[in-house]
Amino acid sequence: MLDWISGFAAWELLALQPPGWGGVLLAGLAVSLQVAVGGYMLGFLIGICGATGKLYGGPILRDVLDVYTTLVRAVPELVLILLLYYAGTDALNQIMILIGAERTDISGLAAGIFVIGVVQGAYQTEVLRGAFKAVPYGEIEAARAYGLSPFQVLRRITLPGMLPHAVPGLSNLWLIATKDTALLAVVGVAELTLVTRQAGGSTKHYFLFFFAAGLLYLMVTLLSNVVIRRVERHARRGMPAVR
Amino acid sequence: MGPELRSWKEPHRLVLLAIAIGIVVFAALTMRWDWLPRYSGKLVSGVGTTLWLLFLTSILGFLLAVPLGLAQAAGPFWLSGPARAFCTVIRGTPLLLQLWLLYYGLGSLFAYWPEIRQSWAWPYLRSAWPYGVLALTMSFAGYEGEVMRGAFAGVPKGELEAARAYGMSPLTAFRRIWLPRAIHRALPTLAGETVLQLKATPLVATITVVDVYAIISRVRQDTYLTYEPLLLLALIYMMLTGVLVVAFRWLEAKVPVKSS
Repeated sequence: MLDWISGFAAWELLALQPPGWGGVLLAGLAVSLQVAVGGYMLGFLIGICGATGKLYGGPILRDVLDVYTTLVRAVPELVLILLLYYAGTDALNQIMILIGAERTDISGLAAGIFVIGVVQGAYQTEVLRGAFKAVPYGEIEAARAYGLSPFQVLRRITLPGMLPHAVPGLSNLWLIATKDTALLAVVGVAELTLVTRQAGGSTKHYFLFFFAAGLLYLMVTLLSNVVIRRVERHARRGMPAVR
Repeated sequence: MGPELRSWKEPHRLVLLAIAIGIVVFAALTMRWDWLPRYSGKLVSGVGTTLWLLFLTSILGFLLAVPLGLAQAAGPFWLSGPARAFCTVIRGTPLLLQLWLLYYGLGSLFAYWPEIRQSWAWPYLRSAWPYGVLALTMSFAGYEGEVMRGAFAGVPKGELEAARAYGMSPLTAFRRIWLPRAIHRALPTLAGETVLQLKATPLVATITVVDVYAIISRVRQDTYLTYEPLLLLALIYMMLTGVLVVAFRWLEAKVPVKSS
């Protein structure tokens, strides 16, 4: 009857070398983090383009971007991941055939980065748009009056001015990105959650492994929070304290 | 929806609308939809399961979020500590992992206990949906508990002092002033949280609960189609999200708000 206590305490299963599964878990964590970082950066790129498009683009571009952000935010991430995963790999294979190359197997890592990036892009577009709008227009006009070029205005006025408004939303999205990578388990990318289930399945010590993986995710979140607090303090320097 | 609908008659919007209709007609004509009548009954019951899960876990989660928020905002350290730890853990780990931890981990632990296996609860503990309900409820409670903490802390001190000055007991002041004011403050976040909860429900299909996502997965296995079922699924979720957003907007219009 006390089997499960000894089962839970089978710590040697977490050893880094092959009889233990610790190394496999850490490799899974590395994949998760790579997908999260890559997807987040791709999302930031899409977000910057989307926000500028929404603010300064023509009416058609603005409507198309509205459709993109609304669709992505209304459909569950799990469904989007399936759709984009199949559609993305299919489309790439079609292009490969068109240019006369062989069909290729797209690595799960690249597909995962693409999927997370497209999802993150929609949310980051909204965050960055709000942050861009929070910069008082008078400051931009003053900068222009002093003869700054548009690029200088962006670098010296708009970007530093929007940063304190963008950091809370962007840091929240980073935490969401790290957790969304777990959904890639459903399409078979060997990230932390999937390898954890495999480890649990082959040893029957589900509780131990899911617990360990939970701690790893929690450590990522808590470490991110420390970094985020620093970035926020740096971005908000010289501004009145929040309530 | 407001500003877009108001000016949908602009020429470029008409063109975009025509393109959108064209895409839908093209999809309806060239893709395979012959499986739809066969599965329509199952799809409806799947949507029912999804909605049932959504409402049950949102309501239970909110009921759990109130004490969680209160404990963090005003509780002694031995209450606020565990409440804060709960919210941090729930918000810091993926829901899929929590779900699998409960279903595979807890489920396999229960099987070791003969007492549990012979008890009345075993048929429930052996099926998947209690774990799904538990995980989704805890997730909603974790995120909304953080919101409720801010809502409780944000109620002006003067109102609570006024309640005490009128001779209300602490319990009455909580029931009549503090709780309603906190819920009022948290209401705007509720719509967003509920939409997020809807988007989290398909995860339960990974532990064999038969919601609309699981039905679509079965269609995909049976018919070997990739895109058609998934597109329909996305459409179903979009419609559900739209209904939720409109319903919450209607609900919020019912609650009087003094705009400052």
